[in-house]
Amino acid sequence: MLEIDGITAGYGPATVLRALSLRAAPGQITCLMGRNGAGKTTTMKAIMGLLPVTAGTITLDGAPLSGLPAHEVPRRGVGYIPQGRRLFGELTVAQNLTVGLMTRKSGPDTREEVLELFPRLRERLAQRADTLSGGEQQMLATARALCLRPRLLLLDEPTEGLQPSMIEAIRQVILRMRDSGAIVLLVEQRIDAVLAMADHVHVIENGRNLEDLDAAALAADPSRLRAHLGV
Amino acid sequence: MDFGPYLMLAMLEGAVMAAVLALTASGLSLVFGVMRVVNVAHGEFYMLGAVVAWFVAQHVGGGPAIGFVAALILAPLLVGGLAALADMTILKRIDYDPERTIVATIGLLYVIQQVALMTYGPNAQPVEPPFNQRIALPWLEWGDGGLAIYFPWGLSTTSYKLFVIIAAVAVILAVWLLMSRSKAGLIMRATQLDGEMATAFGIPVERVYAAVFGIGAGLAALAGVLIVPIQQAHYLMGGDALLLSFIVVIIGGLGSLPGTIVAAVLIGMSDGIISVFFSPTLAKIIATLLVALVLVFRPQGLFGARAR
Ligand SMILES: Nc1ncnc2c1ncn2[C@@H]1O[C@H](COP(=O)(O)OP(=O)(O)OP(=O)(O)O)[C@@H](O)[C@H]1O
Ligand SMILES: [Mg+2]
Repeated sequence: MLEIDGITAGYGPATVLRALSLRAAPGQITCLMGRNGAGKTTTMKAIMGLLPVTAGTITLDGAPLSGLPAHEVPRRGVGYIPQGRRLFGELTVAQNLTVGLMTRKSGPDTREEVLELFPRLRERLAQRADTLSGGEQQMLATARALCLRPRLLLLDEPTEGLQPSMIEAIRQVILRMRDSGAIVLLVEQRIDAVLAMADHVHVIENGRNLEDLDAAALAADPSRLRAHLGV
Repeated sequence: MDFGPYLMLAMLEGAVMAAVLALTASGLSLVFGVMRVVNVAHGEFYMLGAVVAWFVAQHVGGGPAIGFVAALILAPLLVGGLAALADMTILKRIDYDPERTIVATIGLLYVIQQVALMTYGPNAQPVEPPFNQRIALPWLEWGDGGLAIYFPWGLSTTSYKLFVIIAAVAVILAVWLLMSRSKAGLIMRATQLDGEMATAFGIPVERVYAAVFGIGAGLAALAGVLIVPIQQAHYLMGGDALLLSFIVVIIGGLGSLPGTIVAAVLIGMSDGIISVFFSPTLAKIIATLLVALVLVFRPQGLFGARAR
């Protein structure tokens, strides 16, 4: 269980998240929604310890994440697929995967499993990451995060700018992670995709909680979500 | 002596210079490449290497060879450790901000220089080379019976100078292998490319920075140790080393190791040759002019990547 309890965080003097709380359970897909600039990416960075959390706590399975040195957070099993992929562009596909494998000293079996999921990456192991197509880059960003066998998987708009078949491939990975009992926290803008997958939705606005909806509430009244997002 | 042998002699001197310069500059280039900061105190680490070599040679008994080997190991370790400490206590505090790092390392430069003056003193002091056989070099000449080999008077080098060249090549090769083949190199390159993402994958970026700063200073110190048996140690010797390293790193392309090596050979060799045939001042003038030309026509340097 990921529990975020009343956190305040921001960039230097600019506070972005204000008393934000959210929970994400194992074996479920929890979606984080909100308009552009609402603070979704900022929430992800706060979980990763990349921003100072000045109030509140973040815990994973009861153990505090907030307060840890940032590089310790992924070692507790948090895999991060950032918005815009953020690959190590000058490194090869294989080297990007190695960085992911080193995080928690995963073995070659993990590497095999991940490459099993993305056979296209296997054909391109020696290729520089910044020469991959957009879809392949997203595969690599996902594969890199899976390399640390995450207990908690953070995905920040993983389908941004992808064609349908690629979106489906990413969706399959997300479902697989859910079924294996991982905690999945997903930032997603496409309402239909959210309605189809989410077990729980947190809507935020201006860095504050706006509404929490579970799957039943979503199914009963999808228009609520649309109203919050202004579509 | 004819022109040919004379040129060969100048080129040998230039090669020694290039070797030492390549070592010093690759340290500066490594630090800039990974940390994106300019270390103005880099030349002082070179000077410290030479001065520590003198101290070690004074205090370790058992002949010049043992003293020199001890210096070769101790000086880079001591100086690298000192630099890592400076990184953790100073550069980390100012968040590796590029401008403030320049000012901070200028301060470091003066502190190191003054401490060296107060402890080591104002005199230049020699360190005895571990070995120093004169090696006469052959030259070819058309004689009555066709091509003949002879040994012109004055055309010689020493075994120590050859050793400096070989040692520099070996160390640079090791650095290149470390960066391109090892896990440590992968960690450094990931940190260089995207520090935030490196952190998000468990890389302790601040420790990587301290290590890189230490390795960079260690390389300069190693160059300092290698040069003392030829040039003597002096507390102001860091100035020229810094200037030439900057020239090399700018011409080669900031942060590019191959570029640094090529530029060091170019500058070292031309410095050697021009100094022998004309004057050392002219050599510096030409090198500086070359920097100006590179900055105008190819600001990213010969091997540097364009700003992304
Ligand atoms: N590095 C930064 N420095 C200062 N402010 C920032 C920084 N990054 C983001 N912000 C601000 O924080 C707020 C939240 O940004 P964030 O990236 O979290 O939004 P988001 O919900 O992910 O939006 P989007 O849907 O566009 O990705 C915005 O107002 C943004 O301008
Ligand atoms: Mg975002």
